[in-house]
Amino acid sequence: MTPVLLAQAPAGAITAPPIAYGAIAPVLIVLGGACIAVLVEAFLPRHQRWPVQVALSLVVLAAAGITLGVYAGGSPAALTTLGDALSVDNPTLFLWGTLLLLGLGSILLIADRSVEPGGAFIPTPASRAASGGGGTTVTGGGGDDVDRDYGEPGSAPTMQTEVFPFALFALGGMMVFVSANDLLTMFIALEVLSLPLYLMCGLARRRRLLSQEAAVKYFLLGAFASAFFLYGLALLYGYAGSVKLSAIADAAAGSDRSDALLFGGLALLVVGLLFKGSVGPFHAWTPDVYQGAPTPVTAFMAACTKVAAFGAISRVLFVAFDTTRWEWRGVLWAVAIVSMVIGAVLGLTQTDIKRMIAYSSIAHAGFLLLGSMSITEQGVSGTLFYLIAYGFTTLAVFGVISLVRDSDGEASHLSQWAGLAKRSPLLAGVMSFLLLALAGIPLTSGFTAKFAIFAAALDDGMAPLVIIALVASAVAAFFYLRVIVLMYFNEPAPDGPTVTVPGAFTTAAITLGVLVTLLLGIVPSLALGMASGGPFSG
Amino acid sequence: MLLLVLLLVPLVGAALVAPIKEQTTAKWVAVAVSVVELALVVITWFAYSVPAAQNGARFQLEFAVDWIPAFGTRFALGIDGFALVMLAITAVLVPIVMAFSWAEKLPEGRTQSGFYALVLATQGLLVGVFAATDVFLFYVFFEAMLVPMYFLIGRFGGPRRQYAAVKFFLYSLLGGLIMLASVIGLFVVSGRELGQGTFTWVELQTMAASLPESTQIWLFLGFFVAFAIKAPLVPFHTWLPDAGAEAPVGAGVLLVGILDKVGTFGFLRYCLPLFPLASQKLAPLVLTLAVIGILYGGLLAVGQTDMKRFVAYTSIAHFGFIALGIFAFSTQAFSGSVLYMVNHGVSTGMLFIVVGLVIARGGSRLVGDYGGVHKVAPLLAGAFLVAGLSSLALPGTNSFVSEFLVLLGSFPRQPVYTILATVGIIIAALYVLWMYQRTMQGPLRGSAVLAALGGGRGDGPGTMIDPAVAAERGATGFPDLSKREIGVLTPLIVLILVLGFFPGPVLDVINPTAAATMTEVGLADPVGGVSR
Repeated sequence: MTPVLLAQAPAGAITAPPIAYGAIAPVLIVLGGACIAVLVEAFLPRHQRWPVQVALSLVVLAAAGITLGVYAGGSPAALTTLGDALSVDNPTLFLWGTLLLLGLGSILLIADRSVEPGGAFIPTPASRAASGGGGTTVTGGGGDDVDRDYGEPGSAPTMQTEVFPFALFALGGMMVFVSANDLLTMFIALEVLSLPLYLMCGLARRRRLLSQEAAVKYFLLGAFASAFFLYGLALLYGYAGSVKLSAIADAAAGSDRSDALLFGGLALLVVGLLFKGSVGPFHAWTPDVYQGAPTPVTAFMAACTKVAAFGAISRVLFVAFDTTRWEWRGVLWAVAIVSMVIGAVLGLTQTDIKRMIAYSSIAHAGFLLLGSMSITEQGVSGTLFYLIAYGFTTLAVFGVISLVRDSDGEASHLSQWAGLAKRSPLLAGVMSFLLLALAGIPLTSGFTAKFAIFAAALDDGMAPLVIIALVASAVAAFFYLRVIVLMYFNEPAPDGPTVTVPGAFTTAAITLGVLVTLLLGIVPSLALGMASGGPFSG
Repeated sequence: MLLLVLLLVPLVGAALVAPIKEQTTAKWVAVAVSVVELALVVITWFAYSVPAAQNGARFQLEFAVDWIPAFGTRFALGIDGFALVMLAITAVLVPIVMAFSWAEKLPEGRTQSGFYALVLATQGLLVGVFAATDVFLFYVFFEAMLVPMYFLIGRFGGPRRQYAAVKFFLYSLLGGLIMLASVIGLFVVSGRELGQGTFTWVELQTMAASLPESTQIWLFLGFFVAFAIKAPLVPFHTWLPDAGAEAPVGAGVLLVGILDKVGTFGFLRYCLPLFPLASQKLAPLVLTLAVIGILYGGLLAVGQTDMKRFVAYTSIAHFGFIALGIFAFSTQAFSGSVLYMVNHGVSTGMLFIVVGLVIARGGSRLVGDYGGVHKVAPLLAGAFLVAGLSSLALPGTNSFVSEFLVLLGSFPRQPVYTILATVGIIIAALYVLWMYQRTMQGPLRGSAVLAALGGGRGDGPGTMIDPAVAAERGATGFPDLSKREIGVLTPLIVLILVLGFFPGPVLDVINPTAAATMTEVGLADPVGGVSR
């Protein structure tokens, strides 16, 4: 990589580029907060870490949110800063806001210690043994006493708190990712967001083998995807002589250079991005990782990673490949169709609710791709709106999933959800509402979002794709409906799971998700207005 | 504002009723809400001005606020004559359904308050469907309406309720999503034609004439499929017998009596005025489906062994008549179809209720399990006869007027289809009278009746059971109508007769809108306009 950087650098002395601190303050705050969180982890005694980390994370997110609000409140013009490395335009601001809010929800879920006594996280079996918990690799069936005794002897169970700096780093990476104006920045952001996620996947307190398998799978496939991205980047640099998105667009607009480099590069680059967005056929990791990761982390991945990935995909396609859209669109049509069909059809056969939501996310990724492909202002605003709507619904869904438990941890097998409405009508009602939102029933955000995206796609000449998407929605509705049927119409199993009374944090996160889902369904104007403030610029 | 109140009262009522623990209180609150709604509809009926409609006011009592400017949608309510009569029949049927369901035996673990709340929610959303004058808003209500009905069937229905509920939901959702494609398409097309995308019905209608025929056909098909599933027309009908048979009787009355009318209402309000060229072009297709529905639905009704499925199939035949009138393009046929929608709600609603009463006594849905009911429950059998005769359109009952108007209005333009449809009347007589004969007349027979009366296997057909023996065998009896049940059925019988002899007031409301629809379709009336 060094030669690339050198090739970009001007000969002679390097002058520091001007930095618009006001514009990028939210990113700086989040990344700075992450660094402080690492120090907290290093220097504070164990029993103080959890309260300090939670407070720090919340303060950081709030501060970043306020700075963002203050900056965006002045309706600033789009600008690029840090030597054109970051582009702070309207979609960036919108995505930052979305990420911060979803991050807040995820941190709340992560911080909860009442649902799983001591929190859902633990680093390694070895450290548990070291801290007096005893036992080695305890998978699923391990005795309760062994699982819960983690921590200082004689003290209440504690949780591993590295997860907070991880989450903050990942969030910072995502924020850079969606605003990256050149491919190198985007790649680095991709790594910054991915590495903590790989680690977070392996932290589950229960079902450790599944969790570690998920982490390894995610890491290996993610590494492949990063390599694809990097190779594509190299080819595009070879084509355009620059890694800047706008320079690639300019080069493609009027040149007789070899298209092989351009399209080869685009293909590899997009594969890397689609992997992150869990778009079929690059989805293979999704079900396993969603299932294996601790549920709060799954919520974080499902909501925030999706936002980051599609923010980046949309930006790349909109800014760099606007002029060549007729060449690549056919391929992405196929990808979108494959994703929707895989998500909808394979989702039908799932028996684990987390895997089912994973396939649902693959289908949703296909819908989102429709929006990303529409290189129009409507397409951009539709995609942005879809992301915020989908993110909050998914966040709340995983929040609810984390509450349904039996003695063996979460009861994620579908058959265990039978008759849940009788035991816990409120939870069943909330879950049904969220599932209907995922299915896209009117008066939920899912419908408004689908409408926004499909309208944009239809307007941009993708009528067949819209029809396929609608049919896929109908198919997918069947498996959402199946859960509702199970909860409401079936008799509960005698040894079925119980619904844990959620702590304040989880309650807050679920309430946030449900409220946003409802509000965006009934009065979407505010978010839509912000989303349509202007397209990507580079 | 009146319409907004009309929309909100049942919805708020549903939210109030659902959490009430004390079941009797819940039921009374629900009934009170539905009576208030009925009173409001009466006020609406008088607030609606027929002369204004004749002078070209397309919608009245309008209420509109901006909703989602980005999509050009407004929360716009307003009613024409068609919508008004549909609102009226909804408001009339809901209290009757509630009174009927008062002592309904629910599946284990279900509460009455849940049932009544869902009925109210359905009613509120139906008001929204009929009163929306914004296509997007209409779509929202159209889809949202599925949810309470799905729970009504799935939670409170018969043994195969899960299957029926899911089938109902998926059929309707698929139709709805296909319609969504057209709704979005309409928005995009209006953006090109009018300069700014809109969903306001009136604006979309002005654009109808200038839309190219091919575009109209695509958009028409999306709406058509959704409405044809809802109505249901024949190739799309298979969900109705299942849903109708498994739904609790009260929900079934709403489903067949009102919910399905949304489909035919949609034809009249959306398909015809918004896509006039496509409607004319594809009319032969729809008419063929309609006539097939009349004949095929009728024949299947003859062959049913399950009484609730029987009612569902008679409805499919009736929907054929309604669709025939709609796609025959004459003001008489339009008026006839809308009147038919009202009458069908009354007569099939009553038939469904009577069948429900019979089933509640015998504990079986099979026709073969009944016989000679007339001997033990003459009032019940009489009510069955009245409902049946209304269903077969005997002169003097309400259905006769509407069926006659439909055939009269359809004949000038579509003689062949009309003649074929007339055969359906004969089939109707066959299925109704034969059903009556098998279940109500003759000697006491059928395992359900005999078991209820305390009969054993040894008692042959036609046995009258000695009361002492019956008591000894623990018979539940086959009682005649109770006071409450008489109260439920009386208003329906009154409506059947009143609408049969004096349809004038209703037709007065319908006719101006029928004329307006005719203008929007852009065809000349073949017989020179509606007459009283």
